Amino acid sequence: MDFTLKIWRQKDAGSKGSFNTYSVKDISSDMSFLEMLDELNEDLIKDGESPVHFDHDCREGICGTCSMYINGRAHGPQKAITTCQLHMRSFKDGDTITIEPWRAKPFPVIRDLVVDRSAFDRIIQAGGYVSVSTGGVPDANEIPIPTSIANEAMDAASCIGCGACVAACKNASAMLFVSAKVSHLALLPQGKVEATSRAENMIAQMDKEGFGLCTNTGACSAECPKEISLTHIARMNREYFNAKQTSNNIPDKEEVHEG
Amino acid sequence: MILDSKSPHGPLEEKWSKHIFDAKLVNPANKRKFDVIVVGTGLAGASAAASLAELGYNVKAFCFQDSPRRAHSIAAQGGINAAKNYQNDGDSVFRLFYDTIKGGDYRSRESNVYRLAEVSLNIIDQCVAQGVPFAREYGGLLANRSFGGAQVSRTFYARGQTGQQLLLGAYSALSRQVTNGKVQMFPRTEMLDLVMVDGHARGIITRNLITGKIESHSAHAVLLCTGGYGNVFYLSTNAMGCNTTAAWRAHKHGAFFANPCFTQIHPTCIPVSGDHQSKLTLMSESLRNDGRVWVPKEKGDKRSPKDIPEAERDYFLERRYPSFGNLVPRDVASRNAKYVCDEGRGVGATGLAVYLDFKDAIKRDGKDTIESKYGNLFDMYKQITGENPYETPMRIYPAVHYTMGGLWVDYNLMTTIPGLYSLGECNFSDHGANRLGASALMQGLADGYFVIPYAIGDYLATRSYDKIPTDHPSFKQSEERVRDQISKLLSINGSSTVDQIHRELGKVMWDYCGMSRTAEGLQQARGKIKEIKERFWSDVKVLGTNEELNMSLEKAGRVADFIELGALMIEDALNRKESCGGHFREEYQTEEGEALRDDENHTYVAAWEYQGDESNETLHKEQLEFENVKLTQRSYK
Amino acid sequence: MSWLTDALKSSLGRKLIMAITGLFLILFLMGHVLGNLLLFKPDGGQAFNEYARFMTTTPVIQVLSYVTYLSIIIHAIYSILITRKNKEARPIGYAVNKGGENSTWSSRNMGILGTIVLIFLVIHLKSFWYEMRFGILPTVIYPGVGEFKDLYSIVAAAFTQWWYVLLYLVAMFGLGYHLAHGFESAFQTLGLNHKKYTPLIKKIGFGFAIIVPLLFASMPVVMFIQSLA
Ligand SMILES: Cc1cc2nc3c(=O)[nH]c(=O)nc-3n(C[C@H](O)[C@H](O)[C@H](O)COP(=O)(O)OP(=O)(O)OC[C@H]3O[C@@H](n4cnc5c(N)ncnc54)[C@H](O)[C@@H]3O)c2cc1C
Ligand code: HEM
Ligand code: SF4
Ligand code: FES
Repeated sequence: MDFTLKIWRQKDAGSKGSFNTYSVKDISSDMSFLEMLDELNEDLIKDGESPVHFDHDCREGICGTCSMYINGRAHGPQKAITTCQLHMRSFKDGDTITIEPWRAKPFPVIRDLVVDRSAFDRIIQAGGYVSVSTGGVPDANEIPIPTSIANEAMDAASCIGCGACVAACKNASAMLFVSAKVSHLALLPQGKVEATSRAENMIAQMDKEGFGLCTNTGACSAECPKEISLTHIARMNREYFNAKQTSNNIPDKEEVHEG
Repeated sequence: MILDSKSPHGPLEEKWSKHIFDAKLVNPANKRKFDVIVVGTGLAGASAAASLAELGYNVKAFCFQDSPRRAHSIAAQGGINAAKNYQNDGDSVFRLFYDTIKGGDYRSRESNVYRLAEVSLNIIDQCVAQGVPFAREYGGLLANRSFGGAQVSRTFYARGQTGQQLLLGAYSALSRQVTNGKVQMFPRTEMLDLVMVDGHARGIITRNLITGKIESHSAHAVLLCTGGYGNVFYLSTNAMGCNTTAAWRAHKHGAFFANPCFTQIHPTCIPVSGDHQSKLTLMSESLRNDGRVWVPKEKGDKRSPKDIPEAERDYFLERRYPSFGNLVPRDVASRNAKYVCDEGRGVGATGLAVYLDFKDAIKRDGKDTIESKYGNLFDMYKQITGENPYETPMRIYPAVHYTMGGLWVDYNLMTTIPGLYSLGECNFSDHGANRLGASALMQGLADGYFVIPYAIGDYLATRSYDKIPTDHPSFKQSEERVRDQISKLLSINGSSTVDQIHRELGKVMWDYCGMSRTAEGLQQARGKIKEIKERFWSDVKVLGTNEELNMSLEKAGRVADFIELGALMIEDALNRKESCGGHFREEYQTEEGEALRDDENHTYVAAWEYQGDESNETLHKEQLEFENVKLTQRSYK
Repeated sequence: MSWLTDALKSSLGRKLIMAITGLFLILFLMGHVLGNLLLFKPDGGQAFNEYARFMTTTPVIQVLSYVTYLSIIIHAIYSILITRKNKEARPIGYAVNKGGENSTWSSRNMGILGTIVLIFLVIHLKSFWYEMRFGILPTVIYPGVGEFKDLYSIVAAAFTQWWYVLLYLVAMFGLGYHLAHGFESAFQTLGLNHKKYTPLIKKIGFGFAIIVPLLFASMPVVMFIQSLA
C-alpha cells in the first residue's frame, strides 16, 4: 500500500509549525500505524532529515502515551482503540492521511506530534487519590463492595489518561478525564470519605489549567479508547454541587474532644 | 569479595520481623534531613517514593515517560498473587514461598522469597485502601483466580488491567506526596549516570529529555527501580522505552549484575508478521486453559487450518505431556513451540507460529461462554491480525517477556554499592531462574511499600546529614562523561540507524541466547556482538543535537548499553552449564529432552563485576542454601 | 458569600447557570405555546386578548415574566462567556476535523442556534411584547367583559407578511435544534443521570424539541394562509 502523509512538523514549543507532506510506499496492511511511521522515520534518518517525533511506549493500548489526531479524529478512524492499536488495513491504498498533534491550550506542543499533558498529572495531584499512607489499613475483605459498584468503579478507573477526550472535544474540555477519576473514587467506600472535596479541588485545578467548559456534546466519550461513559460526568457534577452546598456547613472549629 | 546476603539468622518465619526489630531507626524528626533519589516510578518506584515521602524523607523521583502513570507496569494483565487464602483452598505464606522457590527452579534466596510471600498479604490490603477496583464476588468480597499453573486460587485481578490499576494506585499515592511537597517529580528525565562519593552512591546525572539539559542531583541514597531489560532482544512484550541504562551504568560503577541470562519467554504472544514488527503483544496465559495447541504433522503443510483433518494434526503438548497437556509451564510450552517450528512445521506466513485452537472449547461450552471468558483477548487478537479467532485458530508464538536477572541485592535490597538500592524487576532477587505468573507485580509492590521503608533506615541511620553540593568534582566528572558520550553519539554520523543495529542485536540474542542455548552458539554470538558493538560506535547515525527533544539520541544511548549487557548475558549463559528455569542449555537435558539442573555445581547466584570490559567481567558466586525446601526435579509428564 | 461567587465563576458553576436558566426557559416555552394556541380559537381573538391582558397584569405572572427576561439575559451572557472561554482553550484548531463522526450537529452549534433564537427574540419582543406594554394599541370591547388591547390584530397583521413568517420558521428550526441538544444536556449538567430516567428524558426532550417549535411555527403559517384566503 502507498500513502501520502500530511504531518504537522514543529521544531519546539517556541517555533511555528506547519504541515509537511511525505509519501510512504510498500506498506504492509499488517503494519500498525506507528510501525508505518517508524518506517517513514528510518527513511528520513537515512536521508539526513529529522525524524517525526511522536509519543508512544506500550504499543498495546494501555499506557495512554500515543496521541495523534488522524484524519480529523482522535486516535484515528476506528472506535475504542488508541493510535498504537490502529492498523494500516483500516486505510485504503493511496489514501492521504493528515496527522496532527492534540490541540488544546493546556496541551502545548513540545515537538511535532508530541504534546505536554502534565496538566493531567496536576489535576490528579489536586485530589485524585485516597489519603491513606502505607501500612495500618484494614484487611482487604473488611468492607464488602457490591459487584455492580466495583464494576462501575472499574469502568471509570480504566481511563488511560491519553487526552483524546480533550483533543476531540470542540471545547477542549477535560471533563471526561476528570470525571473518570472522581467517579471511580466516589463510588468506592474507600474514596467516599473525601469525595466532595476531591471533586471541588480537581475541578478547580482543571479550570486553572485552562481547559474549556463541557457542553455535553459527547465527542469525548465517542472517541475515548476506553469508552468511558458520560454518566461519570453526571456523577461528578452531582458530587461537585453537593460539595458546594455542604462543604461550608462544618463549623470552623479545630476539633471536638470528648471526655 | 564475598557476597554477603545479610539474610538474618533464625527460623524462616521470624527472619523478617526480627530483622525489622534489629534494624536501626532514623528518628522521625531527622528523616527530613535525608534526601533520597528514586529512579523509575513503575510499581516499585512509585510505591517506594510515596512510602518514603510519607515517612518524612525528601524524595526526588524520575521517569522517562511524560507521566509516572505510564510506566511499563501498566501493561500487566493477569493479576497479582497474595497468600490471603480467602478461598479456603489451602494457601498459606509457606505455600506461596514454596511455589515461588520451586517455580524459580531453586535459584533464588529463601529468606527473600519468604519475606515476599509474607508481605503479599499487606499489599492487597494497601491497594484496596487506595481504591484499586479488584474483581469481586457477588457477596462483595474479593475474587481470585488460579493463574500460571498454581494449584490454589491466589491471584487477585482487576479485569485484564491489573498492572494498570495497581500502578494507578501507587501513582495516586505518589501524587499525594507531590502535593504535600515531599516528592519532587521529574518526568521526561532520564538517568544517565550514577555519582559516587567515597565509595557510596550519592547522586545521579540526568538528561532533561525536552531541553537536553544535563543536570546533577545529590542525595543520601539512590534507588534504582528502572524495570527489566527484555528489550535487549529488540522484540519483546516490553514497552518500547524499557531499557537497562540506569542499571547498566550503575553496574559500571561497581554494582554487580546477577544472573543476566535468566530471561522468561512467554508462550502465548501474537506472532511476528513481518520485518516491520516493532514490538510483540502478549495474550493472557489463561487462553491455554481452553485452547489446544497444534501444528500440522507434515512439514511445510500450507493448507488452511480448517482443511487439515484431525488425523493430520499434532497436538504436541498433549502428546508429550499427557498429564499437564496444554497447561505445562511457560518455558516448556515455549520451547516445544520452537522445536516444532525448527522442524519446519510452523504455521503462518513466516512459519514461526503454532495454532491455538478454540474449536473444541466452543463446541463444548458454546461460543457465548468462550466469549465471556476471553472476549477482550479475542478482540485484541482480531484488531492486530485481522483474523477472527472464533472461526480460525489463533496463531501464537513465544516472546521475551520478563527478565529474572538484574542488579544483585542483599536482603536489604542494597546493591554492592553502599547506598544504592535496586527494587522491582530491576533487581534479581526473588524469582530465581523463572518467575511464576502474577508474581512480578507482587514483588515490585512488596519492595516499594513494605521492604525499602525499613531497609533504608538501617543504612541512613549510620550516615551523616551532610549534603554534597552538585559542584563536587565527582558530579562534575560524571557530567563530563555523560556529555562526552552524547557528543560521541552525535558525531559518528555513519550509515546505520539505531533501530537497524538494535534489530540486529535482538536477532543475535534471540537466535543464540533465547529459548535454547548451546556453547557453540553462544560462542558465535560472542563474536557477533563484538562486531555489532564496533559497528555501532563507528557507523551509527544519530541526527540532531543534544539541546532538543531527540528520540534517536535517547534510543542510541539505550542501545549502546543493551549491546554491552547482551555480551554479559552471553558470558553468563556460557558459564551456567546446566539447564534451569528460563535458561535451557541443549547440552544439559534428560533423555526425554527435559531441562537438567546441576544442583551440585550450580546452586549459586552468578554475580558479575564490571572490569572495564563486559566480556571480561569477574564472576562472584553467592551460594544458595536451602534449609526449608527440598530440591526436586520438575516433571510435567 | 465568596463560596457562592467562586462556585459561579467555576466552569461547573457557569454550566449550572446555563442549565437552570435553560430549563426555566423551557418551562416558559411550554406555558407560552399553550397560551398562544388561543390564537387558533375562532372567536376573532377574544380569548387571546383576554389571555394577553391576564399575562401582563397578574402579579405572579409578572414576577415570572421578569424571571424569564432575566433568564434570557443571563443565559445569553453566560453563553458568550462560555463560548469565549472555549475558544481560548483551543487557540490553534485542526486542519482536518470530523466532528460529525462523534457528536450531533446541534450539540456542536449551540451558540449559532442560540444566536438565531436571540435575534428572533429581539424582533419578536419588539413587535409584540413592546407594543403590548408601551405601544399604542387599538382596543376592542368585548360585550360583558370590557375593553381590551387588541394584540390579536397586531399579530394577525404581522403574520400576513411573508418575511415575518419566514423569520419565524427559521427561528423555530433554530429553537428546535437548540432544544434537541439543550433539553437532555441540561439534565446531564445538573447530574440528573440515571439508567432508568435518562432514556425517558432523552425521549421527552426529543419530542419537546419537535412539538413545541412546530406548534409555534404553525401559528404564523396558518394565519398567513388564512390571510391569503
Ligand atoms: C505484557 C506484560 C504483562 C505482564 N503481566 C504480568 C502479570 O499479569 N502479573 C505480574 O505479576 N507481572 C506481569 N508482568 C511483569 C510486570 O509487569 C513487571 O515486571 C513489573 O511491572 C515491573 O515493575 P517495575 O516497577 O520494576 O518497572 P517498570 O514498571 O518497568 O518501571 C520502570 C520505571 O523506570 C523508569 N526508568 C527506566 N529507565 C530509566 C532511566 N534511565 N532514567 C529514569 N527513569 C527510568 C521508567 O520511566 C519507569 O518509570 C507483565 C509484563 C509484561 C511485559
Ligand atoms: C427560549 C430560548 C432558549 C431555551 C429554552 C434554551 C435552552 C437551553 C438549554 C436547556 C441549554 C442546555 C444547558 C446545559 O447544557 O446545561 C442551553 C444551552 C445553550 N444555550 Fe440556550 N436556550 C434558549 C435561548 C438561548 C439564547 C438566546 C442563546 C444565545 C444567545 C442560547 C445559547 C446557548 C448556548 C451557547 C448553549 C450551550 C452551552 C451549554 O450547553 O452550556 N440559548 N440552552
Ligand atoms: S477519558 Fe478516555 S479519552 Fe479521556 S484520557 Fe481517559 S481514556 Fe483518554
Ligand atoms: S503506546 Fe501505549 S497506549 Fe498507545
